[in-house]
Amino acid sequence: MNTPENLFKINAKEYILPGNRACQGCGLTLAYRYALKALRENTIVTLPASCLCVLHGLYPLTPVTVPALNCTFASTAASASGLVAGLNALNRSDITVVAIAGDGGTFDMGIQALSGAAERGTDFIYVCYDNEGYMNTGTQRSSATPIGALTTTTPVMTKQQQKKDLIKIMEAHDIAYLATTSPSYPIDLYDKFVKAKKIKGTRYIHIHTPCPPGWVYSPRDTVKIGRLAVETGLAVLFEVENGRFRFTGRSKTIAEKGNRLPVINYVEKQGRFKKMSIEQLKQMQSWVDTKWSEYMQRAER
Amino acid sequence: MKRDENIAAMCDPAPGEGGKTGDWRSARPVIDESKCIPCVKKKSACFLCWLYCPEGVVKTTIPVEIDLTYCKGCGICAEECPPKAISMVREDKS
Amino acid sequence: MSNVSIITGNHAAALGAKLSGVQVVAAYPITPQSQLAEMLSQFVESGELKAEYVRVEGEHSAMTVCISASTVGARVFTATSANGLLYMHEQLHWAAGSRLPVVMCCVNRGVGAPWSIFNDQQDSFSQRDTGWMQIYCRNNQEIVDTVIQAYRIAEEVYAPVMVCYDGFVLSHTMMPVDVPDAEDVKKYLPPYRPHTILSPDNPKTINSVLFPHRRENTEGVLCDGFMEMRYKLQAALERAPETIKRANSEFAAIFGRDHGGMLWEYKADDAEFVITGLGSVASEATVAADTLRDEGIKAGVIGIRVYRPFPREETIKAFSKAKHITVLEKSLSYGYEGGLCSDLKAAFYGAGINATIDNYIVGLGGRDVKAREIVDAVKSSTSATDRDVLKIKPKWLNCFTG
Repeated sequence: MNTPENLFKINAKEYILPGNRACQGCGLTLAYRYALKALRENTIVTLPASCLCVLHGLYPLTPVTVPALNCTFASTAASASGLVAGLNALNRSDITVVAIAGDGGTFDMGIQALSGAAERGTDFIYVCYDNEGYMNTGTQRSSATPIGALTTTTPVMTKQQQKKDLIKIMEAHDIAYLATTSPSYPIDLYDKFVKAKKIKGTRYIHIHTPCPPGWVYSPRDTVKIGRLAVETGLAVLFEVENGRFRFTGRSKTIAEKGNRLPVINYVEKQGRFKKMSIEQLKQMQSWVDTKWSEYMQRAER
Repeated sequence: MKRDENIAAMCDPAPGEGGKTGDWRSARPVIDESKCIPCVKKKSACFLCWLYCPEGVVKTTIPVEIDLTYCKGCGICAEECPPKAISMVREDKS
Repeated sequence: MSNVSIITGNHAAALGAKLSGVQVVAAYPITPQSQLAEMLSQFVESGELKAEYVRVEGEHSAMTVCISASTVGARVFTATSANGLLYMHEQLHWAAGSRLPVVMCCVNRGVGAPWSIFNDQQDSFSQRDTGWMQIYCRNNQEIVDTVIQAYRIAEEVYAPVMVCYDGFVLSHTMMPVDVPDAEDVKKYLPPYRPHTILSPDNPKTINSVLFPHRRENTEGVLCDGFMEMRYKLQAALERAPETIKRANSEFAAIFGRDHGGMLWEYKADDAEFVITGLGSVASEATVAADTLRDEGIKAGVIGIRVYRPFPREETIKAFSKAKHITVLEKSLSYGYEGGLCSDLKAAFYGAGINATIDNYIVGLGGRDVKAREIVDAVKSSTSATDRDVLKIKPKWLNCFTG
């Protein structure tokens, strides 16, 4: 019999071969699977030391079937800038250059190179898979870790600061395209990568990426936890194109229907929040409410 | 045996880079074809197990096939299956 | 046909990069390199040099851009000094380990703290362990010529080359430079052929983690562990002197200028007192050698042109007849002594060279080194009979050490 059709009409080809080293139920693997389906063969990826680096495997093999260049932790966006410059010089600017780093390599050590590349209008796609901590080195705290979360470097007090709003920082660079995504909504993610591939200039895509060992939940719940993040507004699906803000997918529905869930529905499912105080929970809810109302205002304009 | 002529580390794509990751499992997905929607309808339908599998080891065939050499047993397919046709059965029980 | 201009060292370096047909330039300004970065952007923006110029936000990114652009097959160039060089330190290791033919000018300047903007060689010296080749220039003519030779060497050895020249002393001083003819340079420099494959036509992941042990690929080839890959870099650098000498002699054949392969000699054949050093200070030493000769002292200079890979064989041969060696260094390995001095002593071990060796730390932070001070230093060489090794410490030339 014929292999039944792909109901979602997306590129059926798989670009990550099975038998890779990512964790069971890894949110990054799921997200990367759809990102590569959208980006296709004519792509060069650059990536720093990170979970993705481990997913890409150890010498002399790799599970990934697109060309990829490893780089140091601070330098992902600069590595992409060099690829773009080199390919331009060699008249191969048809190849899409994609930088992919975690929140550590984007919010923290990688922020300078990213800001520089974006400010120069470098023609590339920068992807941040945000698993809200330095997960590859053992789940330490990053500036992307939400308030109240236990990590191996906030093991008693929990994280004291709210999550850094890097998306706002990227918007301040006036880039060509910015989008936020989640592997729990793979079609929305796929569509945004397809769109981004066709746009010229600096494109930034943020992936809110659930992580079973780091967030302390059972691997089978990855898609569920990612959905709850969107249902509670802790992750918001939207895109900004030419300064115009637009909710997408589930976030659009929530914006229209006003049925956003309280954040407690999300935090109670994850072991990393078991020491979160009532005060921190209130602060987190207030942070989400403020951002949501900002987004609502922008969507109306 | 041939020598490694690379002077810088260049890795070739291959399955099983991390070994037979099916060995990682403590439970394996088992599909009840009487509940599985594409099986019951005998046509392309649902396939959320294929959609949500991080490893891409689920095939959109009827009946649905899962590559157990590499399936890590995460259980996402079982969690997301709308009719609950997939159960995670412990490997140490036959 | 000569084409002499009176130009600064920075200008000479910029011309060297332009003549070499570099395709990607990424540089961040720092004193005393800034004019080099500026001139290259002038060449690019006016169309004289067809290249991509990436105005990076820092030196770490400058070297990163060079690495990835070189990986896809572009000829790249960058330049820096002092703290800028140190900022890109991890990327120097990365470029060498990646076996990329990056060429970089290091305009030698002292490193902080405390701040100095003036010349010494602690910057490049502190990077000698990274796997980069290092070539030191005596004058501005050598700068333009060496940048061109550097591409030839780097692209054959597949390892990066640092072309060093003294900040302000050379970078900002105008000297006559016979600018090589562009067509002749094209004959001398073949196009760059990368060994790295980063292309959708043949997808690979480059520079993943290597295990401590070797591991088979799908074709049964036993592939390198980390140590084998690192060995290959060392082996290539050990073979590099042959390439370096040939690059120099073939350059001399086309352009008529021979700067010495691994080292150069001045009146060293019959010299009993040999002065040695890197860069412009060795050039200054030739004036001191002449003064000493006038006084009946048989003095000469052996200038170390290539510091890495270290010219072990060549120095053993060149220094074999010396009775007293004065090593002038604008850097040191703190807690021990000048690096060149240590490296020479190590080279001489077991080679039957029994000269006295006096190590002078000179010119740090831009302090002027005068020929007459070098003359005095030579004259106070350790006597052949006073060989108390436990008293050996570097001496500081013209420095208050009270």
